[in-house]
Amino acid sequence: MRRFAALAIKLGTSTKTNDKLEALEEYFTDAEDADKVWVIALFSGRRPKRTVNTTLLWEWCRELTGLPPWLFEESYHTVGDLAETIALLLPQPVSHSGDTLTYYLGRLSALGKETEEEKKAFVQQCWASMDTDERFVFNKFITGGWRIGISQQTVVNALARATGVDASVIAHRISGDWDPAITPYQALLSGEGGGSELSRPYPFYLAYALEDELSALGEPAAWQAEWKWDGIRGELIRRGDTIFVWSRGEELITEKFPEYQIFKERLPVGTVLDGEIIGVEPAEDGGTLPFAVLPFAALQTRIGRKNVTKKHLSEVPVGFIAYDLLEYGGEDWRGRPLQERRTQLEAIVSAMGHPLLQLSPVIRFDNWEALAMARGGARDHGSEGIMLKRKDSIYQVGRKRGDWWKWKIDPLVIDAVLVYAQKGHGRRSNLYTDYTFAVRSGDQLVTFAKAYSGLTDKELAEVDAFVKKNSLEKFGPVRTVKPELVFEIAFEGIAASSRHKSGVALRFPRINRWRRDKTPADIDTLDALKKMLELYGK
Amino acid sequence: MPLIEFTDKGLYCAQGRFYIDPWRPVDKAVITHAHSDHARAGSGSYLCHRLTVPLLELRLGPEAALAGSAPGGLYQGVEWGEAVYLDGVRVSLHPAGHVIGSSQVRVEYQGEVWVVSGDYKTEDDGISGAFEPLRCNVFITESTFGLPIYHWDPQPVLFDSLQNWVADNRARDKTSVLIAYSLGKAQRVLLGLEPTGVEVYVHGAIWNVHQTLVAAGVALPPVQRVLPDMPKEWFRGKAVIAPPSAESSSWMRRFPAYAMGICSGWMQVRGNVRRRNADAGFAMSDHADWKGLLGAIEATGAEKVFVTHGFQAALSRYLNEKGIEAAEVRTEYGEDEEGGEPAEAGGGTEDAGNA
Repeated sequence: MRRFAALAIKLGTSTKTNDKLEALEEYFTDAEDADKVWVIALFSGRRPKRTVNTTLLWEWCRELTGLPPWLFEESYHTVGDLAETIALLLPQPVSHSGDTLTYYLGRLSALGKETEEEKKAFVQQCWASMDTDERFVFNKFITGGWRIGISQQTVVNALARATGVDASVIAHRISGDWDPAITPYQALLSGEGGGSELSRPYPFYLAYALEDELSALGEPAAWQAEWKWDGIRGELIRRGDTIFVWSRGEELITEKFPEYQIFKERLPVGTVLDGEIIGVEPAEDGGTLPFAVLPFAALQTRIGRKNVTKKHLSEVPVGFIAYDLLEYGGEDWRGRPLQERRTQLEAIVSAMGHPLLQLSPVIRFDNWEALAMARGGARDHGSEGIMLKRKDSIYQVGRKRGDWWKWKIDPLVIDAVLVYAQKGHGRRSNLYTDYTFAVRSGDQLVTFAKAYSGLTDKELAEVDAFVKKNSLEKFGPVRTVKPELVFEIAFEGIAASSRHKSGVALRFPRINRWRRDKTPADIDTLDALKKMLELYGK
Repeated sequence: MPLIEFTDKGLYCAQGRFYIDPWRPVDKAVITHAHSDHARAGSGSYLCHRLTVPLLELRLGPEAALAGSAPGGLYQGVEWGEAVYLDGVRVSLHPAGHVIGSSQVRVEYQGEVWVVSGDYKTEDDGISGAFEPLRCNVFITESTFGLPIYHWDPQPVLFDSLQNWVADNRARDKTSVLIAYSLGKAQRVLLGLEPTGVEVYVHGAIWNVHQTLVAAGVALPPVQRVLPDMPKEWFRGKAVIAPPSAESSSWMRRFPAYAMGICSGWMQVRGNVRRRNADAGFAMSDHADWKGLLGAIEATGAEKVFVTHGFQAALSRYLNEKGIEAAEVRTEYGEDEEGGEPAEAGGGTEDAGNA
């Protein structure tokens, strides 16, 4: 466990990708095989199931420290991470245990069936025999929420360097549904892991945001343009007798979309589609699709639920907009040029003839100006911009520059004033970096959005200092701030919401810039927000 | 009237007509230590520990250059425990263990004793003098690390990890750049590096403090100053100590592949290590940790405790719940009311809120 804790701390603090890669490679070269499998699982988002409730964890730690609850909370808000707070507060260990990562993770998953007393005894006994770093990672296994700053790609590259197997092969092998508790390291890397060959997805190819002028892309004829859909990126797999649906986070989400089961009837065996899972409603007419696309907020009401109810199915039916073909006839098609994949995809979709499975339409354009014009109308199509793909591009692994670009529409913006602040987490711990903003409604201020990102470290430090000097009240961790600082808030979409005081919910709100030139008298009004809701809320 | 009042210029003893660590110019100042948030320029005279005198001269200017000195000299140095009477008030300085020369101020008048801690740490670091617990009626304590999450490893353990880190960098032919405050932490780091035999280079600010201390008779391991004409490659495998003001400045560009380690109590929390883009953080502080604060406060036997700069709200609430009467007081020590995380730039004030 000490070995793993050292790795986790190193990965968590190192700022250089190369150092992280080196540390991982070293680990994959000489750690125990069973532990390696768990590391691959942990760093590719396969967390063990939560078997201990975090409130209990909190209680057990408090009992050992004898601290009053308010002081525990004060500490938590300063550290910004529960697992770390507990690790720091616990009394010094009495011994040190040499148990392995695999042992702890195995025991933790088995805890689910044990009584609360047994859980407590196990956890407290672990704490008593671990140093601070080990306690931190151990607690993290329980609380979840690793922000280790490791991309799956880095894990894949490190494995490739340690084993000599090609990175794209490894990426595919460690995708999908396998259980780290029963998958041997060698089996995993030779592609025999878990016995779930049938469901195994391909790693997604992701695009960067367009960085240069369009003209830098060269000949328009070499590019295919499509709308960028605002749903959930997904892979739809038909293998054997089964349909599988994977999210971009490599979660198997088949049960959430029972609508797709009907595709089994006509989608050929050995087919893998890449596309967008999207909420739909019958089209008015004249659109490019037989259905109208619902805003993401509508879809969100469904995906958060454990069980999809009949009500969900009727209120937010879900369609699939296909834009790529990764496997056909059981054969990996990713190495073929986009044009060829697209032609075959068109044939498949049209043979299906099912209204819920549609092709992502190609936007016709002769020159870059025409495409820029089309982008201006993206919101009317329920889309958030344009995807540009080189027609001869192969389907790559992970986020890559060059062949695919996303060109999003400019966000909606509104000027608002900072009214509440809360301390951040992770690298922002002990700094007031999480903000709530308000717009004006008559002589009242109405909060409408929270935003955490968009300011530079220097600006954050300035706002932090302002908050500390201008706090009006404290509500637990939240401080009411003198309404004085004005920011431009950008967001991708807006929807009606009964849960928010303002009556609206924003999609991806973030701070666009600090409007030092404006005073609270200049901020936008609730009416302005409502107007946006009318215009773009559908 | 209380023996010491909290005024907008600082802690004031009306009976003795002197201020302790004032943040505005006053006639007579008693100084706990030479960090810039405690020792500010412009006062008529300064009473402090003997070893603080040369440091004040370095930072505030030599006596000869300052006109209008009070009779008896602008800077008056005393030994620990030596009594000085100011208008009938007995004043003495006692080791605070914070940095070289740092002292608590004990003030006694008509049988009533107040102690102002300044900044202090309870572990003996081998160079700053061992913190002396003083019995008193009223204790004014700092609270920079006044939360139970702050717990320092003993110095030998910290030195071990420091030495291992430097050895690891050396093996990779990297320069170890250690960020440490120029007065206090830099000298401790130097002590920690001595057994490794690594050649140590220092930033000009640390060089000046080092020279001043050596001239005053303090025994410290030798260092060399980083000079502009030293070639980059020269520093491979060696160690460099620099103040936080150099941390994100162009000064760092003179080193080849280097690893940066920050020595500060704030490094106890991982987020701070990440925020400052450090390769390593060493939770090494010249302030008392939570247990150190509680132990020191208890040892005074004080019937009333005033808590200044740091987590004063949390510490005073905790003390009150424990049955020790405590109140928070706002001062201008440290960077802000929440613990004075030091500014990451700004040469002149690098020691403000020294952690």
